[in-house]
Formats: sequence, structure tokens, C-alpha cells
Amino acid sequence: MIEARGIKKKFGNLEVLKGIDFNVEKGEVLCIIGPSGSGKSTLLRCLNRLEEITEGTIKIDGEDIHDRKTDVNKLREKLGMVFQSFNLFPHLNVLNNITFAPVELKKMDKKQAEEKARYLLRKVGLEDKALVYPEKLSGGQKQRAAIARALAMEPEIMLFDEPTSALDPEMVGEVLQVMKDLARDGMTMVVVTHEMGFAREVADRVIFMDDGLIIEEAAPEQLFTAPQNPRTKDFLSKVL
Amino acid sequence: MDFIELFRESFPSLLSGLTVTLKITALALVIATLLGLLFGLMSISNNKLLMFIARIYVDLIRGTPLIVQAFFIYFGLPTALDFKINAFSAGVAAVGINAGAYMVEIFRAGIMAVDKGQMEAARSLGLSYRKSMAKIILPQAVRKMIPAFINQFIISLKDTSILSVIGIRELTQSGEIIIASNYRAFETWGMIGIMYFVIIMLLSYTARSLERRLVI
Repeated sequence: MIEARGIKKKFGNLEVLKGIDFNVEKGEVLCIIGPSGSGKSTLLRCLNRLEEITEGTIKIDGEDIHDRKTDVNKLREKLGMVFQSFNLFPHLNVLNNITFAPVELKKMDKKQAEEKARYLLRKVGLEDKALVYPEKLSGGQKQRAAIARALAMEPEIMLFDEPTSALDPEMVGEVLQVMKDLARDGMTMVVVTHEMGFAREVADRVIFMDDGLIIEEAAPEQLFTAPQNPRTKDFLSKVL
Repeated sequence: MDFIELFRESFPSLLSGLTVTLKITALALVIATLLGLLFGLMSISNNKLLMFIARIYVDLIRGTPLIVQAFFIYFGLPTALDFKINAFSAGVAAVGINAGAYMVEIFRAGIMAVDKGQMEAARSLGLSYRKSMAKIILPQAVRKMIPAFINQFIISLKDTSILSVIGIRELTQSGEIIIASNYRAFETWGMIGIMYFVIIMLLSYTARSLERRLVI
């Protein structure tokens, strides 16, 4: 579903991605782990073109997404994105945060979109927060609302950029639970995370990145219990 | 002539001057807001040419006094380009274009004050830059702009007094005319000052309560 080949990304003279290859299959959950500054968030952001790549190709459903002819807005409708800092729209209540894009882009009528939004809010356990503004929500609630917002566009793939890193510890669980449910429903997911427990339990495959390169790629059991590369071992010994 | 009589004689004409002042200010601010939005968006675009044009506009207007701009629009341009313009329109244009340059910076600052994650979130949902700007960024930016906008409103309202030099009978000019016939400078300028002051106070307080209601 996602096919990335030889991805390089430079910010000025700084090369943050130094040649990355990976695939994601339909229905697969891929977790990307690694130290800060390893380029994992940048890699994720390249997948929906929030960052342009310097070299290489990324194909999603066979379509070269960095091609000039690709309609980036149409592409992004297929990819839901969840950010570390939630980025809910503060001037819209939770319901309108969710219905905004479907109404604008799918020309869905407001009523239908609201029904859908309420269904999604039930799914993430926020049915009673529909008319509340984001500032009144806790971090965990904000992130669950942000997931519901991304799901409202019925994406084929969900991208998570450290979705629990900005949360108080006691709220991490509720967000991870929603993500687990999503994985169980068969959603294709790419998750950049520091939650090793989540990666181990939910991922089909884990990629360990360091210094702009994929160092190791394996099934979670193998990567966490028998890492092959010394850098992976070193990283895991620090975080586990 | 006692003060009551002076007041009764001059107040109607001052009031009509005040009306003109408010009309010019209102029209000029509509122009300024449109100019500010347009050039403000240009100034944050990725297009170097658009940025450059916006920069020139701001620098040119901020770098020259309003009184010169008013003379230029009322006397200079019509002579050079051979057209006629009445004083009122020239005055509205002068204050509008002048305030517009400051509004560019107000818009720019307001937009930049919105967290950049907002644009990313909107774009990643599949919204175009234009739609994201119009429906997500600007509504938030405008709320942040209110205090600066009100400030500009007040400055422009007072700036209209400069238009007395091109013969518009706004509040200040009305005062000058009255004083020319009654020589009561102290009382008349006093009244004019109070009228400006009261209007601006009313504006400030309305704005402050508006701002409180619009906080996100």
C-alpha cells in the first residue's frame, strides 16, 4: 500500500533522511521507534507531503505522491494524520472539528456528517463532548477527538506522529486503547511512537531508526527480545 | 456671548463635522481592511514577487506622512493623470491606503500568531491552502488581531483631522470655520477635543466587550 524507495530529505545542509526503503501492506500496523532526532517524524511527514523529499519515490496505492501531477489534496484525503500536539481547531466545537472536512471536501450534508461524527465520538468514548470546545478537554480527550476527526474522512491509512508524547502519563492509556481498537478493525497504520509496550503488543512490524537510516526492521517479538544490531540493543536497553 | 449660547450655535455644525469624520473613518477602514488582508496574505506567501510588492506598499506608506499622501492623492495624481476627484473621496482614499499599510502588518502578525500546527492539521485533512487559510487560520487570526485593529481604528479616526488641509468639513475643519467667525478658540477647541474623546472612549469600550466575547 505504501512503497518507499531511497528516500532522502535535506533541510539545507542537514540530511535528516539518508536513504530509506520500506513497505506497508494493507491492514498492517507499522511502528517506527528510535531516538529523538533520528528522522522518524520527518519520515512520517513525508508520507502525506507535509515535507517534500529531496530524493527517492514514495508510492501510495501505486501513485507516486511526490510527482508534480499528483493532486496533493486528494492524496491527503486518503491519509489521516494525528499529531503530537493534537491541533484541534480551537474556534470549532468537537463536533464541528470532525464534520468540517467531510462537509467541505466530500460535500456531505451537515446532518449526515454530524451523524457520522457522533458515531465516531462514541467509538472514541467522547459522545458526551460533542458540543464542547477543545480548550475544555483534557489532553487524552483532545487526542481522541483528533483521531475521530481524521477518521471522519474515511482514510485508507492512518499516520500517527508521537500521539501520546504530549500527554500526562495517566492519559496515555485511553489514547492507546483507541488506537488498538483501530488496529483490530483492520486499519492500516504507521505509528511513530515512544510507547514500546504499544509497539510490542499492536505492531505487525517495527522499524528502528537512528541518524536518518533504518537500522533494523523486524516483527516486534524479535526486535524487542532479540535485537540484532548493537545500536538497537543500546537504544532498547535505555528505554525498556 | 455666554457658553450656553456658543454651544447652541456651534454644536449642530460640529455634529455634522463629526458625522463626516465618522463616515470617512468607516469607509477608510473598510478599504484598509481589504488592503491589509490582501497585502498581508501576499506578505506571507511563498512567492517572492508578491512578498516584494507587499513590502514596497508598506514601506512607501509608512515612510511618508499622511498629509503628503493626502496632498498627493488630491492634488498630485489628478494633475498628473488628468482626472477629477472630490475632496471626500480623496480623503477616504488617503486614510484608507495609509491605514491599509499598518493593517498589512496587523494581519501578518495575527496570522503568524496562529500555531503552525493548525495549517498542518487542515492541510493534512485534504483542505487546500486557500480553504485552510479562509476557514481555519483567519478566523483564529482575526480574534488575535482585535486589539491591534481597534488601535488602528482610533489612530485613523484621529488622522482624519489632517484632511482639514484639503478642505473636507470634518470635525476639525468645522471647528476652524467656527473659530474664524467667533474667535472663541478655547471653548471651541475644548468642545472638539471632548467630542473626539467621547467617541473614542465609546469605541474602546465596545471593542473591549466585543473582545471578551470573542476569546476562544
